[in-house]
Amino acid sequence: MKKIDLKKLLSNQLLIPFTAIIILCIVNIIYDCVNTDAAFFAIETKTNNSGFTVFSGPLITILDNGSELAILAIGMTLVTAASGGQDISVGATIAIAGSAMLRVLCGGNTRPETLAAPIIVGFLVACIVGMLCGAFNGLLVSVFRIQPMIATLILFTAGRSIAAWINNNELPIVPDPKFAYFGSFIPGIPIPTTVFIAAACIIVAALLLKFTNLGLYTQAVGINESSSRLNGINPTAIKFISFIILGLCVAVAALIKVSRLSTINYSVIAKDIEMDAILAVALGGNALSGGKFNMWASILGAYIIQFLTTTLYRFQVDSSALPAYKAVVVIILVVFSSPVVRDKLSSLSNKKKALKKGVA
Amino acid sequence: MKKRVVALLTAAVMAFSMAACNGGGAATTGGSTGGSTGGNTGGSDTSAPAASGELIKVGIINNDPNESGYRTANDKDLQNMFTAANGYEAKFAYSLKNDEQIQAAQGFITDEVDYLLLSAADTAGWDGVLKDAQAAGVKVILFDRTIDADPSLYEASIVSDMAKEGQTAVDWLAGQGLSEYNVIHIQGVMGSAAQRGRSGALDTKVAAESNWNIVTQQTAEWNAEKAQQIVQSVIDAKTPFNVIYAENDDMAKGAVAALDSAGISHGVGKDVIVMGFDCNKWALEELLNQNWNYDGQCNPFQASYIDNIIKTLESGGSVGEKTIIMDEKGFDATTITQEDVDNYGI
Repeated sequence: MKKIDLKKLLSNQLLIPFTAIIILCIVNIIYDCVNTDAAFFAIETKTNNSGFTVFSGPLITILDNGSELAILAIGMTLVTAASGGQDISVGATIAIAGSAMLRVLCGGNTRPETLAAPIIVGFLVACIVGMLCGAFNGLLVSVFRIQPMIATLILFTAGRSIAAWINNNELPIVPDPKFAYFGSFIPGIPIPTTVFIAAACIIVAALLLKFTNLGLYTQAVGINESSSRLNGINPTAIKFISFIILGLCVAVAALIKVSRLSTINYSVIAKDIEMDAILAVALGGNALSGGKFNMWASILGAYIIQFLTTTLYRFQVDSSALPAYKAVVVIILVVFSSPVVRDKLSSLSNKKKALKKGVA
Repeated sequence: MKKRVVALLTAAVMAFSMAACNGGGAATTGGSTGGSTGGNTGGSDTSAPAASGELIKVGIINNDPNESGYRTANDKDLQNMFTAANGYEAKFAYSLKNDEQIQAAQGFITDEVDYLLLSAADTAGWDGVLKDAQAAGVKVILFDRTIDADPSLYEASIVSDMAKEGQTAVDWLAGQGLSEYNVIHIQGVMGSAAQRGRSGALDTKVAAESNWNIVTQQTAEWNAEKAQQIVQSVIDAKTPFNVIYAENDDMAKGAVAALDSAGISHGVGKDVIVMGFDCNKWALEELLNQNWNYDGQCNPFQASYIDNIIKTLESGGSVGEKTIIMDEKGFDATTITQEDVDNYGI
């Protein structure tokens, strides 16, 4: 009875992400024991410079800064599952959507006194722009059947220039302090707003997967396109929809990113986030070649990446060596979560079982 | 067929992106405005060039103005200086890639420009084309960035001294007379000239003085969000600090965002001294509001220096020192004025 549980556990996709979190926690606890005044799990209340009480601590930092990545991981998982490829343009399209949002909010003025449009209008425009970028990618992938990475390479290359062009290469600053709430705190609420935004996105995604056939259809298309077509699913539409959803995720991430600083820097905003988003999907043990997926594992993967970043900053790892440390951890995680290794592990436990039976 | 569609689409997008690159009002021929060369012989032009009547033809090769606020200001400055009104016929070429820049340079030499103004993307690979320029009688002036070529191949090189920028900032900080300096040092992209210059001065000072400590030294790669996370991690670790030395304005802004959410006061007469570089207009306004303490300039305004050199050369003079280091200021929040913000903000 116990053996069957072990096998089930080993083959569970969530095993690797959870193990990673536990290891990271242990490492941090050990660090705390060595450095007595550090406390990883402590959540303090502080008064911020606007005079409101807020929670603060490493855990809050992880939840706060991991939000964008978690949101992107939702869309990236769907795109990966449906198309068997990844969208590498998300960082650049965040710049485009964010730039469009600023253009609307500031009305083409670099230093406006007041908002030119309500924040919700700016956000809706960002959503439309994000979905248009998604539609462009989706069109190339689903209709023209271009490899996703090649198709999205176009916006990856051109996106930041387009973003700069939208605002005439100016860097507008949003004057309304309310706009900054999305990236920091709403007065009176001590939990970062980003946590609520991420939670809302995750809930919407969960509902979408539970109450529609999207998840099933996406997996079907990813596993075998022609057989899913024979079963009455339209693979073109499913792939297209997955890119549109990612576009929407990009718009939400852009809102958070731009709100954090109330301005934008086209060349560095959300830089390299596409790689982290793809990594989140991979850390979740999802096959990057498409097919079956586990959304929760991807979201956990996103938070693990942030957990790792925060931990490395906490340990004051030498800045030039930081990417190398990250790479090592990532290699270990990805290797262990790869289907090959997991098959090996489960067959190993099977053998053990057989061996014990033989002995008995 | 499929391939052709792909190629077409890619080409279309590329063209679009190119158009976007030039979106900052940077047309390929800046101040030439048609064939005004012949008609502009009268003395109505007050700032007539040395070679009166004829416009001086300059070919300007620069990096993409989208690269940074610095580059945008640099490009605008050049566009304003090299106009027909000032006696120039200017052509502009932009690229972040060395080979494309070299091609553009060859194009300008073929067009028989009088001067080639160059901000090279990369230090290497320029010997050949500069020799061609010399053979064709085109005078070369480097701005903003130096190259690895024999100094005889160019007339002058107008650059910023990043190490001096760092030194000015560190000297200012030392002048604040704190009993103890606990510095959060946020670096730019490792290995870039700006990072090396600005880090160098601080590192030397910290090594020399016993009451200067580095609390943390991390690269945020010019990125505000990364800077925010780095400062957040120090706050979470409860390590005391009283100085933020960020190697550009964006990173200083990110750091301040972390301070704000933790309720740590910053600015003139407050708990933490905030220092930035580059003198963006919004950053100087933070100084004016006394939220930050110091901002070091990285001077993007080379056009007037270039103009002077060209005028000297045209009137038969010669340039004394080949490498010209620009004046760069450091602004203190207690002394900065609105005039400074307007004049030096980029």
